[in-house]
Amino acid sequence: MRVRRAAVELLAPAALVVATGVLGAFVSQANEIYFVQSLIYVSTVVALYVFVGNSGVLSVPEQEKPATMPYLFDFLSSTTVGNVPSLLIAAAVGGVFAFLVGLPLMRLSGLAAGIATFAVLGITNNLLRYYEKIGPGLNTFSSVPETTDLLQATAGAVIVIAVAFAYQRSRLGRQLRATREDPAAARAVGVSIYRQRLAAFALSGFLAGFAGGLYIHFIPINVDAVYLDLTFITLAMLVIGGATSLWGAVVGALFVSGLDSVLAEMEDGMTLLGRTVDLPSGSRIVVVSALMALVLLLRPSGLTGGREFSLPRVPARRLRAAEAK
Amino acid sequence: MSALVASGLTDFLRDAVDLQVQVDAIGLGAVYALMAVGIGLVFGVMRLVNFAYGQLIMAGAFALAFAAERDWPVWVGILLCFAVVLALSLAMERVVFRPLRTQSAAVMLIATFAVSFLLQSIALLWFGPLGKTATSLVELNRPVSVGDVEIRKISIVAILTAAVCLALLVLLLNRTSIGLHMRAAALDFTTARLLGVRANLVSAVAVLVAGALAAVVAVMLTVQFPTVTPTFALQETILVLAGVVVGGMTRLVPATLGGFLIGYASGVLGGALPSAQSQYLPSFLFGLVILVLLLRPDGLFTRRRGLVERV
Repeated sequence: MRVRRAAVELLAPAALVVATGVLGAFVSQANEIYFVQSLIYVSTVVALYVFVGNSGVLSVPEQEKPATMPYLFDFLSSTTVGNVPSLLIAAAVGGVFAFLVGLPLMRLSGLAAGIATFAVLGITNNLLRYYEKIGPGLNTFSSVPETTDLLQATAGAVIVIAVAFAYQRSRLGRQLRATREDPAAARAVGVSIYRQRLAAFALSGFLAGFAGGLYIHFIPINVDAVYLDLTFITLAMLVIGGATSLWGAVVGALFVSGLDSVLAEMEDGMTLLGRTVDLPSGSRIVVVSALMALVLLLRPSGLTGGREFSLPRVPARRLRAAEAK
Repeated sequence: MSALVASGLTDFLRDAVDLQVQVDAIGLGAVYALMAVGIGLVFGVMRLVNFAYGQLIMAGAFALAFAAERDWPVWVGILLCFAVVLALSLAMERVVFRPLRTQSAAVMLIATFAVSFLLQSIALLWFGPLGKTATSLVELNRPVSVGDVEIRKISIVAILTAAVCLALLVLLLNRTSIGLHMRAAALDFTTARLLGVRANLVSAVAVLVAGALAAVVAVMLTVQFPTVTPTFALQETILVLAGVVVGGMTRLVPATLGGFLIGYASGVLGGALPSAQSQYLPSFLFGLVILVLLLRPDGLFTRRRGLVERV
């Protein structure tokens, strides 16, 4: 029974992602990019969830890790390593960077931790932007090969989900969740809050680096593309889905990016049920942010309520009634 | 090499203690302190980090630009600015903050992100990415000579205005019954309610006072940066939020001092860094923020609490 429930908790988000990928294969070439983008968002949000969801610490920017990616990729594309190695290198850099940042910062908690990670994001962006010895300046990375397609984005998202699932069921993940529920009690039974948070932060950075790698192999971007907007939108996706569950992270990412894609199409004029919907350009963000606020007002703990997916159980009463017949 | 560093350092120190730089830095610190009060007051009463505070200032700045474009007198512009910001604050409190009051800090923060996005994108639709220009008060940018240094009028005006606003706020908090209610709510919201403090009234007043301060800040900032874009005051809000946390978010005085300090540090560094390095100003500031947070995680101006935070 426990095994079956665990399998459902892993398979439901994975199946949703695969279904999105399969659906994406049937739409036109022009619409396919929306699906790829959504799937990359899934990877990013799940990476963020590994730390934020399990620890309960609102670390504003996990995106600092992808922010270190662009320069690296410029370098990599010139030395032409293969696609998979370059994604792995991206993940490794993300993990190492997060570990080094986490070494001092994971001693903090609450708002101080959020602001401190935010400050790291600010510094990373500032340096990569202006200090051209290590960073790319304001150029885009057009030399990076565009290799992320629907298949890779889907596979990537499934891998990230599987890793996140394995972590949260592991001894380490459970210890971290214990510190989230009651820090004092967790310490009393010998859990080191600092070590657990650091481990999750590094793993989260590793996955975020991987997601950043997928992203930069998808479209040419510059440093500012992985700054404030991406940070806020991914954080919002996580909270809207339900920050304390993997299912919530996946649902939130797909819901918000799906909505965003539909509205983007509507801005270009879209035929819906025989009628042409044509929104003025720029209205998309208005609608998305208004809906974001609305979802939070109606369902403050997220669309999934922060719970993992579970099959509806048949109430005992109804079972008995069925037997009586 | 070391001689070069030493001469660079002396240059830096000489510029840093320069009177003109100091007055400008204090002026900037004063504006940031007002923003810190606006953020800290709402946080104190509702435990809500209002990220959309910068967009209130942005809305006020657009109101000023709107008035300036039509050549309305300055006082009409300022009145319009206050009306817009106060109306927006009240709407925000009623529609978003109040229903979410019992939710976790993360949910409230994300909700204010959403509001902030919403207001920014509305401004983008309405006024375009290039924004408008608010020119009616630009004359305050001119310098006056005091002794042998030239000081911009706005720095003096900002310092005086901030002093007056803070004095009024202290009177409100310490001499009126609504002020007493607000202080009680900030200490312990539940107990305060049990003792008859009206929760909705208190939070509405806190948000209104914060809104009035946002309008004041909008007037001050448009003098220094007359070009009003949808991202107006966004960078400042992020810095002030960092400053407030550095100072100590849970108490108003430390929060205000933190806001002042980051504005002051920003002013001194901006004035004293060689121009080749001034683009790294955010890195220096954020670096300072991290350093202080690591040394004093509960805030620079607060007493230390117990080992485990129980919230």
